[in-house]
Amino acid sequence: MSYPDKKFIVEVVELIKSLLNFCDYEISNSKNEITIMAKQKDIFSILMFLKDNPSISMESLIDLTAIDYPNQEKRFILAYNLLSVSKNLRIKVKTKISEDVPTQSITDIYPCANWYEREVWDLFGIRFSGHPDLRRILTDYDFEGHPLRKDFPLSGFTQVRFDDELGKVVKEPVKLDQDFRQFDSLSPWEGMSKYLPGDEKSKNSND
Amino acid sequence: MTKKENYTLNFGPQHPAAHGVLRLVLELDGEVVERADPHIGLLHRGTEKLIESKTYVQALPYFDRLDYVSPMCQEHAYALAVEKLLNVEVPIRGQYIRVMFSEITRILNHILNITTFALDVGAMTPFLWLFEEREVLMEFYERVSGSRLHSAYFRPGGVHRDLPDGLIDDISRFCERFPKHIDDLERLIEENRIFKQRSVGIGKISQQDALNWGFTGPCLRATGLNWDLRKNQPYDCYEKINFKIPTGSSGDCFERFLVRVEEMRQSLSIIQQCVKQMPEGICISDDPRIVPPKRADMKNSMESLINHFKLFTEGFHVPVGETYFAVEAPKGEFGVYLIADGSNKPYRCKIRAPGFSLLQATEYISKGHMLSDLVAIIGSLDIVFGEIDR
Repeated sequence: MSYPDKKFIVEVVELIKSLLNFCDYEISNSKNEITIMAKQKDIFSILMFLKDNPSISMESLIDLTAIDYPNQEKRFILAYNLLSVSKNLRIKVKTKISEDVPTQSITDIYPCANWYEREVWDLFGIRFSGHPDLRRILTDYDFEGHPLRKDFPLSGFTQVRFDDELGKVVKEPVKLDQDFRQFDSLSPWEGMSKYLPGDEKSKNSND
Repeated sequence: MTKKENYTLNFGPQHPAAHGVLRLVLELDGEVVERADPHIGLLHRGTEKLIESKTYVQALPYFDRLDYVSPMCQEHAYALAVEKLLNVEVPIRGQYIRVMFSEITRILNHILNITTFALDVGAMTPFLWLFEEREVLMEFYERVSGSRLHSAYFRPGGVHRDLPDGLIDDISRFCERFPKHIDDLERLIEENRIFKQRSVGIGKISQQDALNWGFTGPCLRATGLNWDLRKNQPYDCYEKINFKIPTGSSGDCFERFLVRVEEMRQSLSIIQQCVKQMPEGICISDDPRIVPPKRADMKNSMESLINHFKLFTEGFHVPVGETYFAVEAPKGEFGVYLIADGSNKPYRCKIRAPGFSLLQATEYISKGHMLSDLVAIIGSLDIVFGEIDR
């Protein structure tokens, strides 16, 4: 059986449309990837449904992440990436959320969401209610800010060095010897086409 | 009567058995692990943030530096994700070269994991014997890409260069020679009493729990589930190749080891099939929108020179869209969730590292085990911090 099985994916979309009817959502299928766009309050019940329904049975939470769109009213998109090994199927569940409303933690459904939620909290500053232990995970113990937000500078705010006199590591504001150079090379250039302009003339000519 | 108190122990971050910079805060009752709290992030380099400010081709070398013992598999995931967004076909020879090198990478990774796991539980010899072979594989890396470790060889559209003369012969000679080394390894430790006492029945996990904890790769297959993305969701030319998926049954440290040993044999067979089936032709797509022109063309054609300049300064633009693409890396499912906004840089690139989920389950698996078993568990889960901390 080849993957992705387009017919099967269309069937699953129809199946979800008929079974999942206790809340509002949008379901789409682009490039053979199923995406469910749901409301923040329904996330927990939708994920519970997708995991427990035997004809969908998303056994595993593969990934959980966020995307920052600072100009939008609801700033973040949370994306849950689910995998079913019995059905050989992936489903993404996404929701738009704002900075100040915490999302319900799904550690009760998928225990591995624990670290993924900590990571999203650490890097984006999105809070999860009911999470057993929402500490920072990837950044330093006394780190401030949420680095994957688009308004966080690439260089960060502090740099560290070992101070010989104090005998310990000290933090200082970032000082770059050379300014960070971000070239704006964007242009309307659309890339070369396979044939150069004028090539068609040589094909048609007789010499 | 004396009062009995639990003992808190700091394991790592500088400890050879921690396989990198893992800091484990352990709560011990005598020698029994009551609680294990892994503190990660000591190798966090902000890869995902850096990728957002690089063009699509500039972002590729970061993938070598994630799991630094299986670099090419990760490049593979990224290249495939970009190709999917761009809708580019990879020439068949390019696909075979990529699959061949992905499998070389798998052997490279498994040699490291198996032997250091054996080292953790007291066997030094496999480490010395097999690392010599590992060096040979890294030489193959060097011959195609110029560097032993961080190769940056796969590109969106294919691979950077065709194979140099004589490499194919050397690879097939290696494939004939290497099974003997695997046999030696098995003879040394598979029936070894000490090795078995340290690993059989240690760190067991059931299939259901493994799925709940997001396990993938050899650790999931050791629980008996036949799940391999190369077979179930094939990419590149894996569909045309015959190989078996080894599975275990009890999901303990010993079976994780056995699955990896058998996977090395299967990888060798895949490499041999690639060598046999590999057609002649181009190894990277000839689409001038994403692939730079040949050096010779640049000497003769102004347009090629401009094209080359634009591709290496501005880079190519990827149409608006998003995709999640996963490959079967040696450690499990390595996925790239790529969101393009139509510019020459990824808007967001989330890297799904298999080790992140594996390490997370350490506490669950090691609860009730002895402190020395914890070392065996960490060794058998195959943890590398480059990918966990990103």
